[in-house]
Amino acid sequence: MTKTIAEINEKIAKGQAVVVTAEEVVDLAKKKGAAKAAREVDVVTTGTFGPMCSSGAYFNLGHSKPRIKAGGGQVYINDVPAYTGIAAVDVFLGATAIPDDDPRNRAYPGEFNYGGGHVIEDLVAGKDVRLVISAYGTDCYPRRKLETWINLKDFNEAVLFNPRNAYQNYAVAVNTGDRTLHTYMGILKPRLGNANYSTAGQISPLFNDPYYMTIGIGTRIFLGGGIGYVVWNGTQHNPNVPRTEKGLPRRPAATLAVMGDLKQMSPRWLVGTSFTGYGATMTVGIGVPIPILSEEVLRYTLVTDKDIYAPVLDYSSAYPERSSDVMAEVTYAQLRSGKIKLEGKEVPAASLSSYSRGVEIANTLKEWIQKGEFLLTNPVAPLPGVDSGIAMKALEERPFDTDQESQGDSA
Amino acid sequence: MTTARKVVLRFPQRLVDKPILYRLAKDYDLKFNVLKASVTPKQEGVLVLELSGRKKSYEDAVHFLQETGVELQPLVQDVCRLEERCTHCGACVTICPVGAFTVDPSTRRVDFHRTRCIACELCIKACPVRAMEVRL
Repeated sequence: MTKTIAEINEKIAKGQAVVVTAEEVVDLAKKKGAAKAAREVDVVTTGTFGPMCSSGAYFNLGHSKPRIKAGGGQVYINDVPAYTGIAAVDVFLGATAIPDDDPRNRAYPGEFNYGGGHVIEDLVAGKDVRLVISAYGTDCYPRRKLETWINLKDFNEAVLFNPRNAYQNYAVAVNTGDRTLHTYMGILKPRLGNANYSTAGQISPLFNDPYYMTIGIGTRIFLGGGIGYVVWNGTQHNPNVPRTEKGLPRRPAATLAVMGDLKQMSPRWLVGTSFTGYGATMTVGIGVPIPILSEEVLRYTLVTDKDIYAPVLDYSSAYPERSSDVMAEVTYAQLRSGKIKLEGKEVPAASLSSYSRGVEIANTLKEWIQKGEFLLTNPVAPLPGVDSGIAMKALEERPFDTDQESQGDSA
Repeated sequence: MTTARKVVLRFPQRLVDKPILYRLAKDYDLKFNVLKASVTPKQEGVLVLELSGRKKSYEDAVHFLQETGVELQPLVQDVCRLEERCTHCGACVTICPVGAFTVDPSTRRVDFHRTRCIACELCIKACPVRAMEVRL
């Protein structure tokens, strides 16, 4: 049994495609068997909704009269600085950017109540934002200062562009130290007071296609409530990690770089987020459709939380010191039960990724496909796989005072 | 007629070692449930209590407390959830000291049990989308 994406799209266009979510396919295959389910089902939809720091948006502001060159100058949107090192009126706003006068961690732990992710949320909510540009002035761009209200609809282009989203597996964070830690994995209570995890588990896109047989560059996806695309592998993409018998990575592995038209997106699916003591970020909703091209593809979508193992990391020492010590491995079924056992202690576990909203994404994408509004795409190139030779590198410092020549090839 | 109220009691240093809660139970037949307690030796004590019993006894007990020198305030702070903002992630669940948040096993949504809340405010900074708010 094999199908092509063109055949599936024909069925979608006729309103005849059989679409189920990553939760529903498990029950269906239990009832009918995987072979029959693979023949019947055309698409399995997945979803994830969690904080994803490597996110942002670029904007073309439009040209003022007289013109101003933001490029190389300073741009603030609602006091949050945007990156200007590109053309005259193109700027990039990162989700973790914070106002220059934010107290940060000077009064520890800082609150980080407003940053780039919050600006993006305000924009997609249709709110006017304050744009302030300072420039150095040139013959062709004479203006030096500009202050205006601006709205998402006023930009020529507004494009969400996230260099790393949808991590395939992630660490479970704990704290064995004696003081409370404030991390990007939330507040970690001392002496193994709690454990925080952050993937959608069995409905997460890359757990349902663990070898990237269907998800590739050019895959059309649900992104932030609108339509987006996988445009590259994400940063830190690291497919070659230890895997379970079912092929699921036991460590953080693949990631996706995604982009899409911000003007279609919604504040329900792009939410400004604050980690006390750590910083500002954005919670992003992503849903990926998996075309059931073969029984093998379907079998991978039958993953459940008990199949998924995540490494437990100690954020009081191992994580900050970049040691590779993994305290334990736990399954998502254990995490979802609300407690895990570590060093003989029962540790309450909580999620930072919203499972219920991940399910809502999978259901929304299912509806779009069933209505014929969302067609699947053939990837134009695959994501680097297990055999790509990728090995994630750490930053090994080379101090400036060492002799560069002595470190060349001859060394 | 019975009553049940949440109150904040502040004990000056001289009263910290007196068995005042015992009197509330014995002399005024009030049930007390300690929601929060903090006693700093040689300084002051703060107790958040839920007191319940006959209305008349409650009023007499309040009078007794004030006579004794205990400062008494109703617990007016109230923590509430901005339902539109909450994403039901679960970050609050293990932070709350009294289990006011639970995950519904079928929907995997986070339920907030306001009656259990002691207004300690720990959830406010632990909520990544700032969906928890103090109302006065």
